[in-house]
Amino acid sequence: MQKFTTFTGLAAPLDRANVDTDQILPKQFLTRVERSGWGQFAFYNWRHRPDGSPDPGFVLNQARYRGASILLARENFGCGSSREHAPWALLDFGFRVVIAPSFAVIFRNNCFQNGLLPIELEPQMQDEWFRRVQAKEGYVIQVNLRDQVLTGIDGFACQFGIDPFRKRCLLEGLDDIGLTLQDEAAIQTHEQTHRQPWQAAVAGVTK
Amino acid sequence: MPTLLDKIWQSHLVRQSPGQPDLLFADRHLLHEVTSPQAFEGLRVKGRGVRRPDLSYAVVDHVVPTSGRELPWADQVAWTQLQALRANCREHGIMLLDISDPRQGVIHVCMPELGLTLPGNTVFCGDSHTTTHGAFGALAFGIGTSEVEHVLATQTLPQAKPRTLAVRLEGQLPPGVSAKDLILYVIGQLGVAGGTGHVIEYLGSAVRELSMEGRLTLCNMAVECGARGGLVAPDETTFAFLRGRPFAPQGADFEQAMAHWRTLYSDEGARYDRQVSLDISGLQPQVTWGTHPGQVMEIAGRVPTPDSFRDPDAVKAAQRALDYMGLKPGQSLGDAAVDVVFIGSCTNGRLEDLQAAAALLKGRRVAPGVRVLVVPGSGQVKAQAEALGLAEVFMAAGCEWREPGCSMCLGMNPDTLSPGQRSASTSNRNFEDRQGRGGRTHLCSPATAAAAALAGRFVDPRQYM
Repeated sequence: MQKFTTFTGLAAPLDRANVDTDQILPKQFLTRVERSGWGQFAFYNWRHRPDGSPDPGFVLNQARYRGASILLARENFGCGSSREHAPWALLDFGFRVVIAPSFAVIFRNNCFQNGLLPIELEPQMQDEWFRRVQAKEGYVIQVNLRDQVLTGIDGFACQFGIDPFRKRCLLEGLDDIGLTLQDEAAIQTHEQTHRQPWQAAVAGVTK
Repeated sequence: MPTLLDKIWQSHLVRQSPGQPDLLFADRHLLHEVTSPQAFEGLRVKGRGVRRPDLSYAVVDHVVPTSGRELPWADQVAWTQLQALRANCREHGIMLLDISDPRQGVIHVCMPELGLTLPGNTVFCGDSHTTTHGAFGALAFGIGTSEVEHVLATQTLPQAKPRTLAVRLEGQLPPGVSAKDLILYVIGQLGVAGGTGHVIEYLGSAVRELSMEGRLTLCNMAVECGARGGLVAPDETTFAFLRGRPFAPQGADFEQAMAHWRTLYSDEGARYDRQVSLDISGLQPQVTWGTHPGQVMEIAGRVPTPDSFRDPDAVKAAQRALDYMGLKPGQSLGDAAVDVVFIGSCTNGRLEDLQAAAALLKGRRVAPGVRVLVVPGSGQVKAQAEALGLAEVFMAAGCEWREPGCSMCLGMNPDTLSPGQRSASTSNRNFEDRQGRGGRTHLCSPATAAAAALAGRFVDPRQYM
């Protein structure tokens, strides 16, 4: 996984609650079997009109937010489908951080798996960041994961919380399958001690 | 006093250490074509194998056309995705229910009907509606593709323990009101993120009275209020459903299993992190008016005025939703013409759902200009429905009787809405563009969908009963 320590980038405000993963990565692209190249489809139906031309009304199409790499979002961001294609699309589009008052659980897990940092802030604090980003063109935020601090270009700053294990994985770029494989003995023990006779008859036999 | 979640969690703990999430063993890993190819590719890149192919089960469901599907598909990219699943299952020795397999169907319909999900199991799958399997008293939830890779490689999943939310549903469902109305009502009450971070355990007399099909519907949509999972403690209804299923324990093994399953309930005095009690005796048929499942109303009600919401985000969301849906505040849904009716999906594609719809359609004709797709949840559901004469009822009424698959629930195959078309859909998500760009989805029960097919608009289904 890509390491994450500190990151500084332009912030863009997506002022909608309950943005679901069908919006982040629309279903018509889900048939691809690749893991890369998803950015072109991010928010596709919001970035494009039905005829395929860019929709100037959508925030990420505005010139002042071109090249944004920090997404400000609202409650319950990433709800709905479990598709990891959504964080793949956000990352490939250029985002490294999403800040919201709350995230849907599967989406948040998927972000951590890919080095896209989801940061949860209190709603009032999030309102403050929205105000600042909307008020000043070119508003840049620095994200310091080690100290868990966000600092705006105008000096405004706040702390954020994060699960210590997730933090360690991001800072060190750990491969969590590799970590689990170190527990091979524990997995084997579990397989041997939790095998009920009636379970043994289940798997495999009727395949 | 442990809850049901505590019991399942404890019995699947491979490792618990401070500063790390618990490591859970996966009893069942379900795979489909959309969220697995990159996971298998990840294994290949790292030179890793599949630890327990005997506990992994695959089916093709999301992208399959629901007619003419044996021919080369028009969608070459989808066809490639199917080929990838076939190759991956062959390489690793994983059972695959392919398109020609009579057991093929929507993953959360066909796996339970084979008896694959058992009480007390952990069931993981790269699909958010994996919560469905909680109907058996199994801990079941959706995971991302990286986690699919993790389960393939290790048969375990690192996981922080969710909180518990007891949703107690007391009273008797009125005739003509179904589990789908019940779950839409619950989501409306809890809010679209009201269950986030929790496993919901459904309790109460209304839950005990539900069939397995109804419980599957109830748990299926737990994720639509953000919940990690839904749970119904197993009981005689569960055991009767499982007995004799091909993948369930057989004979003496079944009796022994049942003795264990009888211990799977939340003990008297168990503590939940949150509790909600709802009296559902007077429940009315429910239908969504907006663009998420929490924007729901009684069928005879009025579309809400955005200003009636207290939260400013909810006001904005309601305005946007009404605009997208082409609805006016205060209007009756009975005034909105329905173009397409979709009966199917992992929410409502089971035999009981088709029976409920057919009961209204029998001897009647759908309204002129309304397209009705009936998509059985699995090959077995299809065969049963045909044996019972339901297929004839649907076709005589003017409905399309199709092959099993996810179909118009998410429109990854050719079954989609055109811009501006309005659907009455028995599926689970009414998000913008989900059923087709610009499509306007109203979620409802199979009976309400059938009534909409007959009337060409939303009406109380009980007028046809």
